[in-house]
Amino acid sequence: MERRRSVPDVIAGALFVVIGGAFAVGSLSYSLGTPLRMGPGYFPLAVGVIMAALGLAIVVKGLVAGEDITFGAIPWRAVAAIVVAVVFFGFTVRRLGFVPTSFVAAFLTTLASTRVRLLTALAVAAGLTLAATLIFVVGLQLRIPLWGPWLGL
Amino acid sequence: MDLLDNLALGFSTAFLVQNVLYCFVGVLLGTAVGVLPGIGPTATVAMLLPITFSFEPVTALIMLAGIYYGAQYGGSTTAILINLPGESSAAVTALDGHEMARQGRAGPALAAAAIGSFIAGTVATVVLAVAAPPLAEVALKFGPAEYFSLVLLGLVVSIALARGSALKALAMIALGILFGTVGQDIYTGAPRFVFDQRELYGGIDFVSVAVGMFGVAEILRNLENEHTRTAIVSKVKNLWPTAEDRRRIIGPIARGTGLGSALGVLPGGGHVLASFTSYAVEKRISKRKQEFGRGAIEGVAGPESANNAAAQTSFIPLLTLGLPAHPVMALMVGAFIVHGITPGPNVINDEPALFWGLIASMWIGNVLLVLLNLPLIGMWVRMLRIPYAVLFPMIILFAAIGTYSLSFNAFDVYAIAFFGILGYVLIKCGCEPAPLLLGFVLGPLLEENLRRALIISRGDATVFFTRPISVALLIVAVLFLVVSVLPTISRRREEVFAEDD
Repeated sequence: MERRRSVPDVIAGALFVVIGGAFAVGSLSYSLGTPLRMGPGYFPLAVGVIMAALGLAIVVKGLVAGEDITFGAIPWRAVAAIVVAVVFFGFTVRRLGFVPTSFVAAFLTTLASTRVRLLTALAVAAGLTLAATLIFVVGLQLRIPLWGPWLGL
Repeated sequence: MDLLDNLALGFSTAFLVQNVLYCFVGVLLGTAVGVLPGIGPTATVAMLLPITFSFEPVTALIMLAGIYYGAQYGGSTTAILINLPGESSAAVTALDGHEMARQGRAGPALAAAAIGSFIAGTVATVVLAVAAPPLAEVALKFGPAEYFSLVLLGLVVSIALARGSALKALAMIALGILFGTVGQDIYTGAPRFVFDQRELYGGIDFVSVAVGMFGVAEILRNLENEHTRTAIVSKVKNLWPTAEDRRRIIGPIARGTGLGSALGVLPGGGHVLASFTSYAVEKRISKRKQEFGRGAIEGVAGPESANNAAAQTSFIPLLTLGLPAHPVMALMVGAFIVHGITPGPNVINDEPALFWGLIASMWIGNVLLVLLNLPLIGMWVRMLRIPYAVLFPMIILFAAIGTYSLSFNAFDVYAIAFFGILGYVLIKCGCEPAPLLLGFVLGPLLEENLRRALIISRGDATVFFTRPISVALLIVAVLFLVVSVLPTISRRREEVFAEDD
């Protein structure tokens, strides 16, 4: 009998095993309690174990009779640009203020596309910053300072 | 006729000029904000809540209800056109709605959503007015054991949402439940999986999970191959559904309305459950099962009707028991209290004008929604028909801002990136994000009711099997599980046998 290995299936199953196992191990550091009065660790431990078991089943199935899925290319540039942009926003919005943070985050996100030119990216970032300021700060009265303490204003 | 007197009182309140006007403003604002990618009804209502505080209680609550309907419809529009649901019930709409949009049938999808919502809203408002007291009694009979079984059933049913294997869907549900346990434990207050970060004590925000799993992951998939990428927002033409479409949406709208009206009463994720269940039901009974997930109009009309019907009837536990059925209802509780009214059984007697006025305004809100949105769809679409090079930075930026504005917590923003990457990898491995989202929303309810039921029964686990409603729900859940797992097994076997031959 020919085996149909499915790499995506194995990756997905392994992810479930690892995450489920991590949650289960983590729950052990909390009080488990009794079924009558469950501690904080009881429920996550149970679900974590169930999930790791499901993950194991997916791995086994992936090795024997996996689903036919092509994983495809990974757009590393887009992944990096978007993660950096989002984390930058979260980290600096309080420190740099709404306007500079939005501008830099929008600019970084725009770079995720391989076909964007520098001038276009700057223009898009400027336009989005203006739109975001009008919608969120002027329109919705969001209470975030426009310019933050890092700028010394 | 008590009911007619009550409704007359309600409509005389709701038709006051300022009430109609602010209902209109609420629907308009709600739609405009709700249509922005990544901003769901909860975020919209939360952001617009302060505006309403300056009005009289009745006007303020009517306007808030208007914002809620508008935000919900706006969210469905975004879900259909760019596959970015702001909340879990719209995630169901996105499944087939966005596929329809990709095939150039965005118009009928939007119209089906609007028509379904209007019909469901009208019917559910009548249901609310007629059946508020008796239905509240039904919900009152539900103990924690029944709730646990009900939530479990809801989770199992969500397997139908996934196109891939049932095993992966189950694992995604479990993963969602686990992420839902992050934060302080409800009974002991002990922080769980917070890594000593105070910002995580409140748990992971639903919006971060939704925006990451659906928004960021979708954008990454689109950026995989920029040359072959299809246009995201297609032209909306032929808004009116064809005769074939009209015939196909009647049943789903009727069933969705019924399901939504019934499930919306349940405190908890009633509206989420309603749209997921409606989708599952339509998929099960459809003769065109293979079309689901690939642009079946039934998959838009049913869940949208169920969602809107549940949105109306979710006011029942709020108005009769003071129980918020839904995050937006929790905000409504806040609004009631700001105006010096305690939501609960007393509202109907102490403030009849407010109670019946609010109910009447729900119907007016639904009329305004159709009047406003069918002609204005062009405008909402123009807001979305922006080049992708502008659109995806806008989605990311607005999503980050919107998520941050919920509680000014930087961790909510970091979580977008985390769930975006995780969702992207899982989707590439053939796992669908919708079951994870449902697990995340319903997980805390599952745990809370499990523990409460066992405390009440003094640790006797048979309580789930001795209470008739609970055991019935569990049996349905098990049957559903067997049915959804079995075909895969038997099909696999057939394939293996075929290869042997």
